[in-house]
Amino acid sequence: MNAPLGSLDRPNSYIGRSVARPNAKRLLAGRGRYVTDLALPRMLHAAFLRSPYAHARIVAIDAEAARAMPGVRLVATGADLATLCTPWVGTLDHFTGMKSAPQLPLPLEEVLWAGQAVVAVVADTRAQAEDAVEAILVEFEDLPPVADIDIARESGADRAALAVEDNLCFRSRLDTGGIEAIFAGATHVVEEEFHFGRHTAVTLEPRAILADWDASEGKLTVHHATQTPYQFQDLYSRHYGIPEASVRVIAPDIGGSFGMKLHVYHEDMAVIGLALLCRRPVKYVADRMESFVSDIHARDHRVRARMAVDGDGSILAMDVDDVTAIGAFSAYPRTSAVEGNQVIRLMGAPYGFRNYRAELAVVFQNKVQTSQYRAVGHPIACAVTERLVDMAATRAGLDPVAMRAKNLIPDEAYPCASPTGYRFEALSHQASLARLKALMDYDGLRAEQAALRACGVHRGIGLAAFVEISNPSPAFYGIGGARISAQDGATLSITPSGEVRCLISVTEQGQGTETIIGQIVADQLGVVREKVRVITGDTETTPHGGATWACRGAGIGGETALQAARRLRDNVLALAAAILQARPGELDLRDGIVVDALSGAERVSLAEVARIAYFRSDTLPPDASAQLSITHHYAPQGYPFAFTNGIQGCHVELDVDTGLVKILKHWVVEDCGRIINPLLVDEQVRGGVVQGLGAAFFEECRYDAGGQLTNGSLADYLVPMAGEMPDIVVGHIETPTADTVLGAKGCGEAGTAAAAAAALNAVNDAMVPFGASIAQIPMTPARLLKSLGKI
Amino acid sequence: MKARAFDYIRPATVAEALAAFAEAEGDASYIAGGQSLIPALALRLQAPARLIDIGHIAALRGIAVEDGWLRLGALTRHVEAHDHPLIAVHAPLLALAAPYVAHPAIRNRGTLGGSVALADPASEFPAMMLAMAAEIEIVGAEGTRRVPADAFFQDLYQTALEPGELLAALHIPVARPEQRCAFDEIARRRGDYALVGCGIRLTMPRDRVEEAHIAFLAVGPTPMRAPAAEAALIGARLDAEAIRRAQAALARDLDPPEDGEVPPAMRLHLARVLLGRLLGRLQDQIAEAA
Ligand SMILES: Cc1cc2nc3c(=O)[nH]c(=O)nc-3n(C[C@H](O)[C@H](O)[C@H](O)COP(=O)(O)OP(=O)(O)OC[C@H]3O[C@@H](n4cnc5c(N)ncnc54)[C@H](O)[C@@H]3O)c2cc1C
Repeated sequence: MNAPLGSLDRPNSYIGRSVARPNAKRLLAGRGRYVTDLALPRMLHAAFLRSPYAHARIVAIDAEAARAMPGVRLVATGADLATLCTPWVGTLDHFTGMKSAPQLPLPLEEVLWAGQAVVAVVADTRAQAEDAVEAILVEFEDLPPVADIDIARESGADRAALAVEDNLCFRSRLDTGGIEAIFAGATHVVEEEFHFGRHTAVTLEPRAILADWDASEGKLTVHHATQTPYQFQDLYSRHYGIPEASVRVIAPDIGGSFGMKLHVYHEDMAVIGLALLCRRPVKYVADRMESFVSDIHARDHRVRARMAVDGDGSILAMDVDDVTAIGAFSAYPRTSAVEGNQVIRLMGAPYGFRNYRAELAVVFQNKVQTSQYRAVGHPIACAVTERLVDMAATRAGLDPVAMRAKNLIPDEAYPCASPTGYRFEALSHQASLARLKALMDYDGLRAEQAALRACGVHRGIGLAAFVEISNPSPAFYGIGGARISAQDGATLSITPSGEVRCLISVTEQGQGTETIIGQIVADQLGVVREKVRVITGDTETTPHGGATWACRGAGIGGETALQAARRLRDNVLALAAAILQARPGELDLRDGIVVDALSGAERVSLAEVARIAYFRSDTLPPDASAQLSITHHYAPQGYPFAFTNGIQGCHVELDVDTGLVKILKHWVVEDCGRIINPLLVDEQVRGGVVQGLGAAFFEECRYDAGGQLTNGSLADYLVPMAGEMPDIVVGHIETPTADTVLGAKGCGEAGTAAAAAAALNAVNDAMVPFGASIAQIPMTPARLLKSLGKI
Repeated sequence: MKARAFDYIRPATVAEALAAFAEAEGDASYIAGGQSLIPALALRLQAPARLIDIGHIAALRGIAVEDGWLRLGALTRHVEAHDHPLIAVHAPLLALAAPYVAHPAIRNRGTLGGSVALADPASEFPAMMLAMAAEIEIVGAEGTRRVPADAFFQDLYQTALEPGELLAALHIPVARPEQRCAFDEIARRRGDYALVGCGIRLTMPRDRVEEAHIAFLAVGPTPMRAPAAEAALIGARLDAEAIRRAQAALARDLDPPEDGEVPPAMRLHLARVLLGRLLGRLQDQIAEAA
């Protein structure tokens, strides 16, 4: 199945093999070390008083009684921390005209959402800190909450944050021109208004941070459940005025992140200040209730969209209007506008039409901030496009497969660009469609559907083609002024016993980053994989790098590891050649043994080379250089993004009396370029699909008209559970990127990108006999019964 | 969140438990399986100064049949409703409902007494007490009394239990051969509290319904009987017409409250769908038996 890996594609290559994760046993045995597990001497615990109001002015804070409670070491307000920490603003320079109110760890005068942290208590135990929180009296003066996106945009509307002049955070337009005329002349025009609910990440491990300020050295060490240790080293350094080299951020084992753990949270920034004030380690772990009101949320879009189609079913144009509500601030440092921006740029991306117009409005309101979460913007662009494609197919009298075969970009048409400006190197939409059709036995399912309809059983089949953005270059954040690296670095060294240590800047949150890096290093260096130890997540030891987000771990981190391993291998062979009095070009390193490249005859072990290098350098020729450690950095330089593609199919059965949907089966054919580890790619795709199906049927942060979250617990916020999830069949096409030697793109977001769209199309397909349709996710029983006219 | 600090007492007898409660002057709570109480403590929704663990009181245990009644000690676990042979034979509705109550870990600890004493209107077991015409044995300072299930559930989380009283046992008239029962519920995910649930016990000595017990969960402030629907079935053969009449009558029985996610009309609709399906299932059983 693998595409050849050039000259180094060997029979026993680790690249392309389903290698089990070396860290799985440790985690299963309970030997994981999460931030929650850490206990430092003299450690204290923080708890926060949170605003019960969606929008209010802080009139007075009386913490006298709390300060006198048992075990309490410190009660800190916004004013206390504002003297230590400079404010931050969640905008990026290349988002022209974007605005957002300045933020501090704790607010000075105004609270902007229900659940915002207002006062911090530090005590000997978390329970004591919570007791003291209950004893704090805060006098609030209610301000009008902004909770509705339409009201928020009216002129003279109440403002979600008094520090900005209106509720428009950002707006953007794309227009290829002449859209009105194309729509006026089109044989068919389909249009729909779509609603996408807010949801949130619900990581198994909640957010957690432990800050330790050593005043004797002026050194801050932060154990932080984050994806991006270097980003936080920079932020803690700059906002607290501590030299960068004196800030160490350690990300130990992380229990899931999905993008949620790379944003600045007010509590986390506060904990740094609390540790400085207490001069003792301070730990804060968000509990589940706090997670719901303080972790970033995502989505929350209302999209009006239409598609113009000619008589034979060719798509001519799309016209899109997206309004998204983000909270009262834009998140920092990546902003809350990236999702909307990606929504309008990814619309229609798999298809060949050239005419496009889009309008984006990013709106403030008094709710938790939204920001980047797995498959940023993709599910929305995909659901809107794919639903319109199905509606257009019906109008043109085409089957959904035929409609896509007609309109998907031909596999021979690359390189090409989307009407929104994305440049595609090489994608495989047509091959993926053909593969999916066979994999799911599409024709068989259609025949079964017709037969069952006659017996009152209503099944639906939905398809959704997608494009996924991965491996962003500096054009993504760097250009906007954010100190978020697009490059990665690795330090590789050979130990005196001939083992390999790889310190790398990409990080592990459960997806298997360390596994694939180990595979690549073992493969490209020429050692057995068990000899490679991969170390991640510590700014004090690993080189600087962007870490793991936007599916860049394999594509950028993997290429970094590959190039580093090749350089180290050259060093090893040069040294071995000096020892053996051979020429480096005649030698090769295989499974930890230096061999004769042609015959494969063993010459000397890597362990022996290392022993000589470290302990008997006196025996080396005078000009031999024993460089058994190297550091290497790599940044993408070709295409600004490595796009991946694929298509999903969903098969559902709708109970038209209860509105419940049974998801019968789900299929994905995806093309992430070179597959390093098929097992891990399949797991990523399946996990992503489950999150997409969660969004399609279950997950929604529900607010009342006053801006109060009404389902902020795992009893009321429904995450997808194994019992409701179908079997997920995954097929692969491999189109490696030519920008790197490795050829890998990303795969972590592909599942999430299109699962909800496929489900939406499947449910609509099931409702065809009733003349009903739905354009809102999650598709709850209430919404489906309403669509069916049952209630 | 962490629970507030509390005292913990583990009495060995009912008398000691009652005394420990009285001593706390109202600021105490009994704890049985802890599956509802512990979450409430952890969320600081409740913060009694004293917890009285009744889990070691022998008199509150035991499953036995006496004089046509099945006696279930209050400490009988959910998992026993699921597995115990005496319950399967004599109180089949409990066995039918048990798989729908939470998940195995919770069923291993949760007690029937705790579930019925709490009287969550969305819970399965309290509603089954109504469907089975059970009686609830209460013990307090004044002694012991038995209250019919119909009189036990009074309002949202309000029962015939006075403060400090213990639910000692559940008494269920043993199932008779001429009785047929069915249970089902509509939930968005397996193991969740249901959008609506229903247990039915029909007494049909011959081919007509002589007595009907229909109990719903999650449709109002308490578990609810459906007297109008029951009346629609009495004296009738269980056929499509009777089923339709019972479904229609539900509008007189149920007046579901406003709830953000599930509008009242939807709950009534689902209750009708569920009732129709359950009665249809019984109709099929009767047809098969004939
Ligand atoms: C995740 C989860 C899912 C759940 N899902 C469901 C579900 O689907 N359906 C369902 O019905 N339940 C569900 N439950 C609740 C569960 O069934 C509880 O166990 C049950 O409601 C209470 O029984 P307990 O023994 O655990 O009582 P406890 O939690 O110990 O006590 C509950 C209350 O009853 C009182 N009490 C307990 N025993 C007595 C007694 N003998 N006399 C007087 N008062 C007493 C206590 O003081 C307390 O107020 C769920 C619970 C959890 C945690």
